[in-house]
Amino acid sequence: MLTAVIALAALALLASFGLAIAARIFAVKVDPKAEAIEDALPGANCGACGLPGCSELAKRIAEGKADIDACPVGGESVAREIAGIMGQSYEGGGARMVAMVMCNGNDQAAVKRFYYNGIYDCTSAALLFGGDKACSYGCLGLGTCAGICPFGAIDMLPSGLARVNPDRCTGCTKCVGACPKGIIRMVPAGSTVHILCSSHDKGGKVRKICSVGCIGCQRCVKEAPEGAITMDTNLAVVNYETGIPAEVAEVCPMGTIVVQGAGAVEPAEQRAAGGEG
Amino acid sequence: MEEKKQNTGPDEQTSGTPADDGGGAALPAPEPEKKAKKKEEVGPRFLVSSSPHVHEGQTVSDIMKLVIYALLPATAFSIFIFGFAALRVILISVGSALLFEVLSQKIMKRPVTLKDYSAVLTGLLLALNLPATSPWWMILVGTFFAIVIAKQIYGGLGYNPFNPALVGRVVLTISFPVQMTARWISPSKWGMDAVTTATPLGRIREALLSGGQVDLHLSRQEFLDLLVGNRAGSLGEVSVILLLIGGIFLIARKVITWHTPVAFIATVWILTGVFHLVDPTKYANPSFHVVAGGLFLGAIFMATDYVTSPISGRGMLIFGAGCGIFTVVIRLFGSYPEGVSFAILLMNGITPLIDRYTKPKVFGARKKEKAAA
Amino acid sequence: MAGRKFIGGVHPDYSKELARGAAIEEMPLPGRLVVHFTQNLGAPPEPIVKKGDAVKKGQVIAEAKGFVSAPVHAPTSGMVTSIDVYPHPVGTDLPAAVIEPDGADEWAEGLNGERDVSGLDGQAVKQYILEAGLVGMGGAAFPTHVKLSPPENKTIDLLVVNGAECEPYLTADHRLMLAHPAEILDGAALFARVLNVKRIVVGIEKNKPDAIEAMRKAAAGREGLEVAALDVIYPQGAEKQLIYALTRRRVPAGGLPMDVGVLVQNVGTAFAANEAVRWCRPLISRVVTVTGSGIDRPGNVLARVGTTFQDLVAFCGGLAVDTGKVISGGPMMGVAQYSLEASVTKGTSGIVLLRQDEIPQYVSDACVRCGRCVRVCPMTLKPSALSIFIEKMDFEQAAEYNVNDCIECGCCAYVCPSLRPMVHHFRRAKAELRKAARKAG
Repeated sequence: MLTAVIALAALALLASFGLAIAARIFAVKVDPKAEAIEDALPGANCGACGLPGCSELAKRIAEGKADIDACPVGGESVAREIAGIMGQSYEGGGARMVAMVMCNGNDQAAVKRFYYNGIYDCTSAALLFGGDKACSYGCLGLGTCAGICPFGAIDMLPSGLARVNPDRCTGCTKCVGACPKGIIRMVPAGSTVHILCSSHDKGGKVRKICSVGCIGCQRCVKEAPEGAITMDTNLAVVNYETGIPAEVAEVCPMGTIVVQGAGAVEPAEQRAAGGEG
Repeated sequence: MEEKKQNTGPDEQTSGTPADDGGGAALPAPEPEKKAKKKEEVGPRFLVSSSPHVHEGQTVSDIMKLVIYALLPATAFSIFIFGFAALRVILISVGSALLFEVLSQKIMKRPVTLKDYSAVLTGLLLALNLPATSPWWMILVGTFFAIVIAKQIYGGLGYNPFNPALVGRVVLTISFPVQMTARWISPSKWGMDAVTTATPLGRIREALLSGGQVDLHLSRQEFLDLLVGNRAGSLGEVSVILLLIGGIFLIARKVITWHTPVAFIATVWILTGVFHLVDPTKYANPSFHVVAGGLFLGAIFMATDYVTSPISGRGMLIFGAGCGIFTVVIRLFGSYPEGVSFAILLMNGITPLIDRYTKPKVFGARKKEKAAA
Repeated sequence: MAGRKFIGGVHPDYSKELARGAAIEEMPLPGRLVVHFTQNLGAPPEPIVKKGDAVKKGQVIAEAKGFVSAPVHAPTSGMVTSIDVYPHPVGTDLPAAVIEPDGADEWAEGLNGERDVSGLDGQAVKQYILEAGLVGMGGAAFPTHVKLSPPENKTIDLLVVNGAECEPYLTADHRLMLAHPAEILDGAALFARVLNVKRIVVGIEKNKPDAIEAMRKAAAGREGLEVAALDVIYPQGAEKQLIYALTRRRVPAGGLPMDVGVLVQNVGTAFAANEAVRWCRPLISRVVTVTGSGIDRPGNVLARVGTTFQDLVAFCGGLAVDTGKVISGGPMMGVAQYSLEASVTKGTSGIVLLRQDEIPQYVSDACVRCGRCVRVCPMTLKPSALSIFIEKMDFEQAAEYNVNDCIECGCCAYVCPSLRPMVHHFRRAKAELRKAARKAG
């Protein structure tokens, strides 16, 4: 018994000496700045900065080859911290941006052109005539964006729409590129008034295929402050730099303008609550 | 063109995720008249999917059922010679396999897939690997390991790296060696005159271990006995002829190909033949090895499991040969009388490697690509 | 040599008996023709008409844009009533000109007269082919004059005329061979003249014995022309597989038939070439098989380009009430349509209407690695592995496993017991790889 204890203890001592020596001889030279920056970074390895992981970005920032605020997920607070490590000042960038799916045409509101049978993925569905929605700009609701979000910030509603949760969204913009319709837009995190439509079709056609689509009537343009809402080929588009009062939503005959508080408003609920007949 | 009533069910046609609430083309709108008008003009009418738009018609459950049919002759025979005991084992095994599959899928919040008949098949195969005297709790342990540990934990059918029924059998062999190897009963009509006895392979092993002499030449009668099934053994390894008939049926119906079974059995025959020639007093006749034990059951029904065996013909030949080599090594030099189960499991582990190196080359691949690959 | 098949392939239920007995029937002019501008692979032609223009039959309404492009002609005389976006049978919505016939069906000047072809050289023939807007009528719609212009270093020694028609249900080529065998061979001879090729082989599947006989009779006495009977297997008519079956030459992966000295043209294209060069008639109509359990009176209709599926279907007795799918082309590679507003283009070989109870549904169960798809793939790929990579969105690995060599024949999905949408996966992968290449390059 004693021999066993002594033998094992000796082995342990030997191993620890070996490790200690190795740690010294084979030590990798790390730039302490890069290490500190990497600690400051969120560590999600999401690739939003365009580089393969946080350690790579940390290394490049330390070498001066990348911007201090290159990480959209970390945002301002992390940028300031990194600026501190680098011994630089940081003025502060823009507002925090979150993603938003600019479509509210769920299964009750939007008409489908055919019954789709195939891969449960928007890019794949879009290979077939652009997807089963009659509106060629509408959200297909099959979850490609939700699948690619590294932070689980996109929920797929059972009524066939993708919804970004603004509290979990870090602004990494991966969903923007993933959406085959290109209808995910980055909006300031605090903004509340949104026009949830991306259709450039003429109003007459929109009325036939979606009960919450923008028909280009321009009532909102007139009601909102100058330049707050502009027209882009039959579609009203919000300019988020200018503030928009919530009352503007009431003039929309289709219920396309949504005032987003803590969570999104389902179009069906909105319509049932007494939208335009 | 008159009005066409579209009566295709939306819950069948919308994008195929099981979690879909099927709300594809539902119409619970606040303005019924307006919506109805829209639907007639622009609503969905036809089904659109990618090509191809036709299918041969055989699904996974069809294939599983065919394998079950192929096993029925051997199963029926086992009940005939072992009686109620055999029926009991089969029912408990299949029943508990189904139960464990439902429970585990519900707990893991996955869709329940009993209808693909794979649990039934696993239960049946496991039963055929057990002696008729198996206690009910042992069978349950077996099916638990087969269904839950060897299959569902990996993600269900298609994701398991090892043959589930064999995992169950091997766990039982190692954990309950006595119940698994020393409680054989002799065959008799409906199990009426059953007497505890040893299997042919078991007899040879014991004789050799105890240094005794064993007549290793096979008489014609003994060979026929083994072929037809007049011997002790687990439920399924008894009648070689019936298993062979099942195998031919499966090959004819294109469920399995000839590669794995032929490679497996041929390898065993050749290797044991070589050893028998070298020392006939120590190594049994190759014909004996081929019909004794669970070789036919293993080669035809277990080694050919789609999920755990290679995909290409060449790969299957390598797989079969490897199984044969391991079987012979374990039988002749290992401490277990039967090596088929271990051999197949070992080769299951090597299957991904075999697949990688027997990858087909694209039609018209250039010569230098062929040389490099 | 004849009859030998390639590796892989499947034997689908052919159901050709529905339409193969129906002689080609010309359809009366419909009320409107929706003539798509995009009717070829390559660059779509440039429209040169606008709303309100009067047009004559055979008049150019869109000019070829660049070399890999083909002009489009008015299928009848009438007026252009609108230019708008309409569903295109190839799977997307595209601009088309709607022409309302005036009933006179009057040819434009200089067309529809016999020309003496004996004195024409290869270049002249090719020019007439280009002007007539000829494209591959087997479905690919590749501009014929481009195909007939292989680069200098590729010598062609064999012209294959593709009469295989391997898709189930379709019988348009079959009936064309029965009705106009001599004209098809005349067209093939014109191709041979352009290419300066001495050997022509017409490949026809053995399930069309009457067509084989008709073509053999018409070929009697013509030098260098042979009619070969092919084994019945799908996809016997796919270029690479057809060449292998006839000549045992393997077109290199990623390459073209000209790399092994062969050129393939469909029988319909050959017929159209004769129409164009000898009779000065541009490509404005074609034989379309309208068939399937969902149609009342299956037949082979000679229809003008631009005829809507709606009108074609009405001409053939109308749709069954429970029609579930409308397919442009055959059921193995055709495109399912969402609307009968889609219209016939130069490459539309048929419309198959399937009833709901006949339609399989993709379920996307897990791959059980049964190996059926590997055994049937005519390009000897490993579809099971490809589909697993693509499900996991590993498109680079899919490229390594040669997804770009997939000809989308559908054999793999046809046999898959897990009902996986294999071809859909591969089309998605190809699209994603193209997108990534654009981003990088």
